[in-house]
Amino acid sequence: MAKTHVTMRVNGSEVEGLVEPRTLLVHFIRENLALTGTHIGCETTHCGACTVDLDGMSVKSCTVFAVQAEGSEITTIEGMANADGTLSALQEGFRQMHGLQCGFCTPGMIVRAHRLLKENPNPSEEEIRFGIAGNLCRCTGYQNIVKAIQYAAAKINGTEFREAAE
Amino acid sequence: MNDMTITRAEREAKLEGMGCKRKRVEDIRFTQGKGNYVDDVKLPGMLHGDFVRSPHPHARIKSIDKEKALKVPGVLAVLTAEDLKGVNLAWMPTLAGDVQMVLADGKVLFQNQEVAFVVATDRYAADDGINAVEVEYEALPVLVDPFHAMDPDAPVLREDLAGKTEGAHGPRRHHNHIFEWTVGDRDLTDAAFRKAEVTIKEMISYHRTHPSPLETCQCLCSFDKVKGELTIYGTFQAPHVIRTVVALIAKIPEHKIHVIAPDIGGGFGNKVGAYPGYICAAVASIVTGRPVKWVEDRIENLCATSFARDYHMTTEIAATKEGKVTGLRVHVLADHGAFDACADPSKWPAGFFNIVTGSYDFPTAHLAVDGVYTNKAPGGVAYRCSFRVTEAAYCIERAMDILAQKLGMDPAELRLKNFIRQEQFPYHSALGWEYDSGDYHTAMKKMMEVVDYAGLRREQAEKRAAFQRGETREIMGLGISFFTEIVGAGPSKNCDILGIAMFDSCEIRLHPTGAGIARMGTKSQGQGHETTWAQIIATEIGIPADDIMVEEGNTDTAPYGLGTYGSRSTPVAGAAIAMAARKVKAKAQMIAAYRLEVHEDDLEWDIDGFRVKGLPEKFLGMKDICWIAYNAPPPGMEPGLEAVSYYDPPNMTYPFGAYLCVMDIDVDTGVYKVRRFYALDDCGTRINPMIIEGQVHGGLTEAFAIAMGQEIRYDENGNVVTGSFMDFFLPTAVETPHWETDFTVTPSPHHPIGAKGVGESPNVGGVPAFSNAVNDAFSFLGSTHIQMPHDFWRNWQAAKTLGAV
Repeated sequence: MAKTHVTMRVNGSEVEGLVEPRTLLVHFIRENLALTGTHIGCETTHCGACTVDLDGMSVKSCTVFAVQAEGSEITTIEGMANADGTLSALQEGFRQMHGLQCGFCTPGMIVRAHRLLKENPNPSEEEIRFGIAGNLCRCTGYQNIVKAIQYAAAKINGTEFREAAE
Repeated sequence: MNDMTITRAEREAKLEGMGCKRKRVEDIRFTQGKGNYVDDVKLPGMLHGDFVRSPHPHARIKSIDKEKALKVPGVLAVLTAEDLKGVNLAWMPTLAGDVQMVLADGKVLFQNQEVAFVVATDRYAADDGINAVEVEYEALPVLVDPFHAMDPDAPVLREDLAGKTEGAHGPRRHHNHIFEWTVGDRDLTDAAFRKAEVTIKEMISYHRTHPSPLETCQCLCSFDKVKGELTIYGTFQAPHVIRTVVALIAKIPEHKIHVIAPDIGGGFGNKVGAYPGYICAAVASIVTGRPVKWVEDRIENLCATSFARDYHMTTEIAATKEGKVTGLRVHVLADHGAFDACADPSKWPAGFFNIVTGSYDFPTAHLAVDGVYTNKAPGGVAYRCSFRVTEAAYCIERAMDILAQKLGMDPAELRLKNFIRQEQFPYHSALGWEYDSGDYHTAMKKMMEVVDYAGLRREQAEKRAAFQRGETREIMGLGISFFTEIVGAGPSKNCDILGIAMFDSCEIRLHPTGAGIARMGTKSQGQGHETTWAQIIATEIGIPADDIMVEEGNTDTAPYGLGTYGSRSTPVAGAAIAMAARKVKAKAQMIAAYRLEVHEDDLEWDIDGFRVKGLPEKFLGMKDICWIAYNAPPPGMEPGLEAVSYYDPPNMTYPFGAYLCVMDIDVDTGVYKVRRFYALDDCGTRINPMIIEGQVHGGLTEAFAIAMGQEIRYDENGNVVTGSFMDFFLPTAVETPHWETDFTVTPSPHHPIGAKGVGESPNVGGVPAFSNAVNDAFSFLGSTHIQMPHDFWRNWQAAKTLGAV
């Protein structure tokens, strides 16, 4: 099949590649760019394991064609750490609050939470739960993911994080 | 040597040993997208394989034409059963003693069965190839309902078994019968029912569902023709078993098979068995001489690899009118689908379902299980449970509520009256198990106190009265579940997989500078073994957990073990760790005695080293002992400090718990709200409370899904109607309730550190709590049992049937 040239900015670097028109963005990211942190869990936009940040929006890269991302600015989980290489507030929150187990949903979850906190820097528990409803987790039951996002929000806002009592 | 300025508490804290909420070491890579899952592994020249699958649930294959597919750009090969016959792999053995088609041989027996395997340069080309393979089918009558599987005129599904009246587990009564398994004393139980003052009988179904980990099943096979070696990367919960099975069926010497299970994105039982994809990828690699990857998509995962449950349990309890149980009789009709690929220890055709007497002191019981074939996918895996224990717990916990209702007793009171008492442990159950330890009354009473059970019942009575006065349309249910699990398969005397005894293993090697590596026969899929195993070692031998690397999943380096499922890792491998650590410690003690110039018996262990009794300043720490062990061992002693332990447990372990679900249901819409869920777990000694709590949260969420809507459903024509995440219920953060966790600690007396295992308890105990809550809510309207799953629509149907709408 004839290939199309695409260029985009991924995690701050200009990238380019030749893709088929039908090549999914997730496959371009994982296979052409070898950024394997973005995962595939369902291929039908339900699970959110493939979530990336595209031009300031959370999108599920399993149902976006690579050609549709031409010229866009993308951040994947590999672009989430602080500039000095330390864990970001969200990454640290997930570790501190035991917000992950098998780790398969985690990249999508963190990328989504990153955008959620940009949209709403101080979300309530209900807003967090609604805000991550496009991302499925089979291991944690979400309770500690909610705490992880609250932890990160507090850290980013410079407020004190208080873990809710059971 | 010993820095006396550091307090004992500081030394202890530095170890991050057992009981500490140690943060997970795995998270550093997982939070940065640096995990290494199977689909992340790429090898030079790698090809992709994908399946042509049957649209028919039962059909004869008249022809398969691969010509067009072979002309598709990028397609290199198309394998069919005929090709696999050349290497004697058209069929493969199942874990349950049956055989299963790898690729359809003459006919298909379930929808989405594997028919041909297309190998191409990338996944898109493989998909093009699939669409170009032409298969001609002749549809056959379909058998969906297991209750009609043994009708005289039921369609013959397994033509390969024609004339075989004996299966792997005894006689077969019908062409669609797989086995009958009976346990217990039938005569004594029948007598108990004849004498009973009160009896109940109910057909309790546990519907078909699916473990559905977020990462599907996948593998990458690479055959090196020059060396004659096969390397398999795969999502394997039991890598060594896979290696042995491949050696046995593919006739490749076992030392030339390298099985690597890298990071696994959840398992929940789905990744225990062997699937056609593994065989086809291996054969394709041998045929093409290039690495071949197979990655299941979600629809394939839900429709073809390993369902769970599908048990239909006719349950009877005999009791006195005071509510003392006197007998239990259960008949199970087990729908195994087209092949018996149940992932149970080989001698247990219904797993450990004979734990069905639960937490209660039944003087006698009898159980019979009939397994049947239908036109559905094979499987029968332990979806986050020990083998068939969820089904058993659901059966008895639902039945106890039904009995309470008949007696007009409170279900909590009925349970307290019939619990096995603390002084009865070790307790021998009527169906053959020896329960190791338990304190059920304490756990139950703690639960009732914390939730104010009496207050909740008063509130329920008020709400019911208000409903009957027409003042509210909401009904309230309290769902109690008091489960006893049986985990830790298992003693090799009664547990094996295809003849492989179910021990587990640990090898600990300490390095000269006082750090070390532990290699395991288990394989984490999210349980956090890299974190918790090091904690056991830290406590046992005084090396900080941070200085111990835990490695799993590579069969070339790991000691042989049976893997991770059925909550067996802590009961079996956790014990192996302690035993290996104690061997290391015994040698360390000899070294310390030599260095401190005393007899070994004059030493005592003190957190992270040995001290001469009565002389606190004479101390030698483990870090120093490591250096000495390599560089200056006592005369005549071999250098080095390492040990391996293969642990064959003397018994299973029996975790238990008391759960309560408080639910409100709107009868006009069927919409429910879980107002409160309290889970008290007793898993014996607690290694990492943070991880235990996380396991409980996750297991409860899966239980919630199963009880309230998650189902693999077939229509009457054998079509899967819940084959994607659009229809198969996986709760999001919005639906998922808030979880309250609690615990008691009753150590296992036979386990070296007293731990029992916890990962699956919340799924086992959670499902009956949800279902009992729904049933309890509707009971005052005259119902005794409403089948799961209790989604909004079914709740509304129940309300209509009971005249509430």
